[in-house]
Amino acid sequence: MVQVHFVAHDGTRTSVEAEAGTSIMAAAVANGIDGIVGECGGAAMCATCHVYLDPADAARVPDRAEIEEEMLDSAAAEVTGFSRLSCQITLEPGLDGLVVHLPQSQH
Amino acid sequence: MTGLSSTCRKASTEMAGIVIAGAGQAGVECAFGLRAAGYAGEVTLIGAEPGLPGQRPPLSKSYLKSRGTEAPLPFRGAALYDRQRIGFLAGCALRGIDRGARRLALSDGRALDYDRLVLATGARNRVLPLPGFGPGEVLGLRDLADADMLIARLPGLRRLAVIGAGFIGLEVAAALAGSGIAVTVLEAGPRVMARAVSAEVSAWFERLHRGMGTDLRLGVEVARREPGAVVLADGTRIAADAVLVAAGVVPDTNLAAAAGLATGNGILTDDLHRSSDPAIFAIGDVAMAPNRWAADPVRLESVANATEQARRVAAHLAGKPVPDPAVPWFWSHQGAGRLQMAGLARPQDASRVIEDTGEVLVVERHRGGRLVALETVNALRLHMAARKAIAPERVPA
Repeated sequence: MVQVHFVAHDGTRTSVEAEAGTSIMAAAVANGIDGIVGECGGAAMCATCHVYLDPADAARVPDRAEIEEEMLDSAAAEVTGFSRLSCQITLEPGLDGLVVHLPQSQH
Repeated sequence: MTGLSSTCRKASTEMAGIVIAGAGQAGVECAFGLRAAGYAGEVTLIGAEPGLPGQRPPLSKSYLKSRGTEAPLPFRGAALYDRQRIGFLAGCALRGIDRGARRLALSDGRALDYDRLVLATGARNRVLPLPGFGPGEVLGLRDLADADMLIARLPGLRRLAVIGAGFIGLEVAAALAGSGIAVTVLEAGPRVMARAVSAEVSAWFERLHRGMGTDLRLGVEVARREPGAVVLADGTRIAADAVLVAAGVVPDTNLAAAAGLATGNGILTDDLHRSSDPAIFAIGDVAMAPNRWAADPVRLESVANATEQARRVAAHLAGKPVPDPAVPWFWSHQGAGRLQMAGLARPQDASRVIEDTGEVLVVERHRGGRLVALETVNALRLHMAARKAIAPERVPA
């Protein structure tokens, strides 16, 4: 299992465990993390699973693919250098303990 | 305990409250949306399928392509139903609505009282009234059981005939392309996805599917089945070991109509998704609702529509401000084509090609000189911009 820590916009921290191979979005949705919607089911079609990587973790997450860059452009909240679509990040043992921050809104 | 067994089980007390019938995208979003909006009363969700409700869009795409190994995502984990106090009855269907008593009859023979009822019962696959196309004689694809049945038929299958070149039929053809199974798609209309997209987008996808090796036949009328073949009205025999019917859906309105609710092409609702009985709401594929991007009420089959109507009803029932509707949008993924539509076009709306590079296609749809929809293939940024820009057709007072 890989542990991920979600930090909501109000600072509330929720930790969940997910099997390696699942996306961060899937782990969040399955565990009812408010603030990640994942409306399209992970097809990179809706930009409602926008998260910010914790700066301390950014280096160990693979870079954005082009499709993710394009979708992020239109995320509802501010897009920064740490912005990611959480459906495009697959959890692996190397990402254990990852901290991701949630935007105020996905719509 | 959460009711995840294949029989009806009630996870909470028998008090009346809000009952949501249908555990698809609309029903599940509404149940959890009620809690997110602060509703503290009883919430009971009834789902006809066994097991934990999950996403359906991947069933005709990644789930089929991976032969069932990339499991579709559950909407919410099992533990959340307990934590959010959603009484979930799996494998349990609605059998009748007694509006006077505000009481539902369930498929396990029990009764369930409600104060407010949300009908999210969806739609079912259209059945073709043709010889050899009855239940059990052909495959369909709507829920997980359908997908598993299709996948179980694939080993050893040489030729599959798909009836209907809509989203589902074409997504199946794309998911099976290159697998060694010869797929023939038979479409009565003159072009693919004709109800949903412009002729230009149809042509783009016709080229794509033919390039992937799909035998796409347009303007053909299916007459009957014979052993090992589908026979067309002109006598042509299309060899097929199995047949998948993807000829659209019909909304599940029988129970609502039997209970005396106003129905047409769906359960008729007002702007707040109330049926003709103010204690009963209808959302998702089953609902025919006014829409700011259309002159007349529409019944939309999409994830975006289902979740938006669910959140609006949840807010209303929780006594919270109801969020404004957003531009309707749709997507399909077929091979190298990522198709997205923003807005609501009608087949007769004018088309204007904005970009056509072969890989990328962008088509504006106009009505009376006004942009009403944008269709994009492999142009995510333009689609997302259109979802903020397309103006409503009408705004309710």
